[in-house]
Amino acid sequence: MRAPLSWIKEFVEIPATVTAEQISDGLIRVGFEVEEIIQQGADLSGPLKFAKVLSIEEITEFKKPIRYVGIDCGESETRYVICGATNFAVGDLVVAALPGAVLPGDFAIGARETYGKTSNGMICSARELGISDEHAGIMVFAEYEVTIGADAIEALQINDVIFDVAVNPDRGYALSIRGIAREVAASLNLKFTDPVDALRSLKFEETGKGVSAKIADTSTASVFYLRTLSDFDPKATTPIWMRRRIEKMGMRSISLVVDVTNYVMLELGQPLHAFDKAKIKGGLTIKRAGKAQKFKTLDGVERILDPEDLMVCDDEQPLALAGTMGGLSSEITETTTDIALEAVHFCPVCIAKNSRRHKLSSEASRRLERSVDPSLAQFASARFVQLLTAHSSAKHVATVVDGEPIYAPLVTIDPAYVSKTLGFEISAKQVAELLRVVGCDVDEKSFTVDPPSWRADLLTAADLTEEVARMIGYDKIPSVLPPRPLHATLTPTQKRRRAVATMLASRGFAEVQTFPFTNQATIDSMGFVGERASTYKVANPMSEEFPLMRVHLVPGLIEVAQRNISRGAKDFAIFEMGSIFRSSQKLVAAISPDLSTRPAQKVIDEIFASVPPQGYHVAGLLVGKIENENWQGKARAYNWQDAIAYAQDILALCNLEWTVARSDLAPWHPGRCAELIVNGKAVAHAGELHPRIVAAYGLPERSVAFAVALSALPDSALVRPTTVGTMPAAVQDVALIVDSTVSAADIEGALRAGAGELLESITLFDRYDKIGDGKISLAFTLVFRAQDRTLTGEEVSVMREAATAVAASKFGAVVRTA
Amino acid sequence: MRVEEISTWVEDARKAFASAIDLDSLKSARLAHAGDKSPIALASRGLGSLPPDEKASFGKVIGEAKAEIAQALAEATATLEAERDRKVLLEEVVDITLPVDRSHRGGLHPISIIKNEVSDFFIEQGFAVEEGPELESGWLNFDALNIPADHPARTMQDTFFIEPVESGMVLRTHTSPVQIRTMLTQEPPIYVVCPGRTFRADELDATHSPVFHQVEGLVIDKGITMAHLKGTLDNFARHMFGPDVTTRLRPSFFPFTEPSAEVDIFFNNRWIEWGGCGMVNPKVLATCGIDTDVYSGFAFGMGLERTLMVRHGITDMHDIVEGDLRFTRQFGVGL
Repeated sequence: MRAPLSWIKEFVEIPATVTAEQISDGLIRVGFEVEEIIQQGADLSGPLKFAKVLSIEEITEFKKPIRYVGIDCGESETRYVICGATNFAVGDLVVAALPGAVLPGDFAIGARETYGKTSNGMICSARELGISDEHAGIMVFAEYEVTIGADAIEALQINDVIFDVAVNPDRGYALSIRGIAREVAASLNLKFTDPVDALRSLKFEETGKGVSAKIADTSTASVFYLRTLSDFDPKATTPIWMRRRIEKMGMRSISLVVDVTNYVMLELGQPLHAFDKAKIKGGLTIKRAGKAQKFKTLDGVERILDPEDLMVCDDEQPLALAGTMGGLSSEITETTTDIALEAVHFCPVCIAKNSRRHKLSSEASRRLERSVDPSLAQFASARFVQLLTAHSSAKHVATVVDGEPIYAPLVTIDPAYVSKTLGFEISAKQVAELLRVVGCDVDEKSFTVDPPSWRADLLTAADLTEEVARMIGYDKIPSVLPPRPLHATLTPTQKRRRAVATMLASRGFAEVQTFPFTNQATIDSMGFVGERASTYKVANPMSEEFPLMRVHLVPGLIEVAQRNISRGAKDFAIFEMGSIFRSSQKLVAAISPDLSTRPAQKVIDEIFASVPPQGYHVAGLLVGKIENENWQGKARAYNWQDAIAYAQDILALCNLEWTVARSDLAPWHPGRCAELIVNGKAVAHAGELHPRIVAAYGLPERSVAFAVALSALPDSALVRPTTVGTMPAAVQDVALIVDSTVSAADIEGALRAGAGELLESITLFDRYDKIGDGKISLAFTLVFRAQDRTLTGEEVSVMREAATAVAASKFGAVVRTA
Repeated sequence: MRVEEISTWVEDARKAFASAIDLDSLKSARLAHAGDKSPIALASRGLGSLPPDEKASFGKVIGEAKAEIAQALAEATATLEAERDRKVLLEEVVDITLPVDRSHRGGLHPISIIKNEVSDFFIEQGFAVEEGPELESGWLNFDALNIPADHPARTMQDTFFIEPVESGMVLRTHTSPVQIRTMLTQEPPIYVVCPGRTFRADELDATHSPVFHQVEGLVIDKGITMAHLKGTLDNFARHMFGPDVTTRLRPSFFPFTEPSAEVDIFFNNRWIEWGGCGMVNPKVLATCGIDTDVYSGFAFGMGLERTLMVRHGITDMHDIVEGDLRFTRQFGVGL
């Protein structure tokens, strides 16, 4: 919302000593962020004069039309200037910058030779003067509007300070000069005159029958003022001061009638709509569209109405999308002489829905959906009549009203609540005084507060407390630490996540965070199927390219790896931790219990259960060499063992026990993927990526990856350590020949099972696959130890043989003899 | 055998040991002067044949001489061994400035680092760290926070909706639903911070990302005031931006707090908008079944990306979201 200082001053007595910065600081203090202070005209200096066009010589030998124009600047001789614009004729009045003038952008005007002529100045467009974006042509005025030779800087009120103010959605009243001026006055303790006060007593003579006004459903609008005017001369133009104010607000001047509706809206905050009365069949009714139908709005767009759209209709058809945009068929045109002016207090939600359904946010809808002072339907429409009849031949015919304004209810507040909330002492008297500054009526006996008509947002004691705080200044709030519990810790889950991340980071992995969006092509190319492939879809994705929620972390890591490779990286390891979104359950219809009290526990449980579980995973991708190569030598590439080792290290870090099994899960190589099983549940997968994926995404050959479902891991159990034995260990090596299809884990498990309780550790120290005949040799070191004695050679041999016997019977292992 | 003769042997041995130039020549000197065939050894063996009175006196002298020879030998050995070691070690000198760091340098993502830092700070203040789902119920993300459907406040936050839209499921637009979950599942006093990933349909540019992170704080206790909010924020700001930072509260609007404020910090000589805050709206407390006659509370929320960018002078959001190793590695693990 823009607010020119010159306009604010109309309602606030601002001493000349108050600077723009002080006003801006004041606005910020009371909660209005000033995004920009525009010093209009600060970079412009004259002479800038109104001039009459006396002659035009068209110069045609150049690529674009050039005019050599003779102008009367109120000087003794005709001045000649070169001009590239063509939107003027002899007799028009224009703005001329004379030699010595400096235009915005440090553009100094001087007499100069151009296009073979001497140009003694420049005819200006609005943009060249820095007062609007209008650049379609130069500014043109009629003779009765301005005086030849007069100072245009003064007449066009160019020198002004314009505040660009951010208005929070609860403060619709401040989308008006009236509202901003009130805040400026309150923040600087200056005298404010409400422009509405002068309109309260305004009466217009009823000279005929007005267009009828009706609200079909009082839940959609409370009050409808419809003022009928006649005898308007469509040739009437907008006075310069009004045009300039509209332009300073960032809008365009269109025609007198439309300009007056906009001017009043900007001044008071009430959107108005003017209909060409000749186009209205019968009377006007505010009602729902009722059925889907075509409707063309003022912007020329043909829209399909929703039956729920709130419309202003005549007896035959909709004429305006209520509070949002008028219709093309009844707009004010160059032939309009009779006008019906609508001012309504609409229900804000109805307008918000209109605007949202049609993705159409207008100056009107922006205000109405934030709630407008209900008394303004009367006063703003009166202001329209006052201005239009003063600046044209229009006459008031009749005013028709349906409904009446409904104001916010009284609020009772315990003044002690204010101090209790803000944390410092504020007397009841002060509370009352400050509430009066924002416009409330306060009964100090009962502390019943009647909020002002423009503050539909003041409904509770908390709302009033904010007003008191705002007016007293948030900087008065002391800084005190709250009484706090003595102790808190991270949860075991949080500690575990942090430990895993820190371990990976300190072992050479760089953490990445990717957007959790994906698409079907990615899911398919990864080879995900079934429930691992099904996910939730974003209804309004950032990009149609990524409409789905991710089902796995590896695709995101691949994308980051590709980016790093494209930027020159070759050998690296990256990991990501985060949620995945497999659609494990069907979404139910939204559960929306009443908000005034805590919902029943059953309902709360249902709401929690309606949110699908979102697994929390960590995944790593390792590409290229395991180490940087340098003078020390070459490095080997990352391989499937590394990926499995990292996955195991994560489980080990969490102090869990697991078994390893072969797996053929996507996106891994079906023969080179390990599944880590904890408590019978597969919680991690690791190994070489599927060669097809490696090729498709241009990764280095045999890139490897792991993924661990952290949220599926059981809690770490309390450690109950076994006693450390101090008796000597007995070490036994065994080599077994088995079929190459038998896994090392199976043999190890068999040896473990057979060796008995005194087995302390088992290590595979050699794997030999050159035996031939589909056989391999696996050599293990078994370490035995008893708590209470030194084991005899005989005891150890028995245990070793028991171990190999199980491997023999389960997997046909044959002990290899030297 | 004379006593004088014995002292000559000692003197000879000393000289021989001292003149040995290396451990090998020392070895021959040792054999000659302290070996089995050396005069002192022979004399020692001949003691048995002496008469008892001489045996005692000569025995004492020979014992002392042996000890002197042994000490001289030990000294010479130590000197020559040290000499040898010095030479060997000198030959083994290497260029220890050669690059030896072959392993890849890793690092935590700076957002993780700042999230950990914020969590640790608040844990030290007695706050627990709460988390919640990213795909969230609209009732928890909006309604329970006093953001009704069709209120302009809801369009303030460009929401990603999940199909079917009738489910009301959204990608949470802030971490505030975690506050609601906490209030619905825990009894006051509540002191929590909620860091996490959030989503808004903003185009990715230098300062915005559709996927970003927030940390929110929530305190519900008896007698909590806006002064406590200010105190907590001052403390937090000093921790994040250094002891000289000052904060400023400005009136603002959030449906879930009343009064509401923006919190600005004065950092690097200018005011920077840091986050939003306020006293928890009694309507929100009522929805969560918290007795507003007994309890009051405050809440605040900041963007972690914004905090990171302001503090570290990062000017382009792309660096934070793209996952370029060269960016992330600079942060180490946040130590």
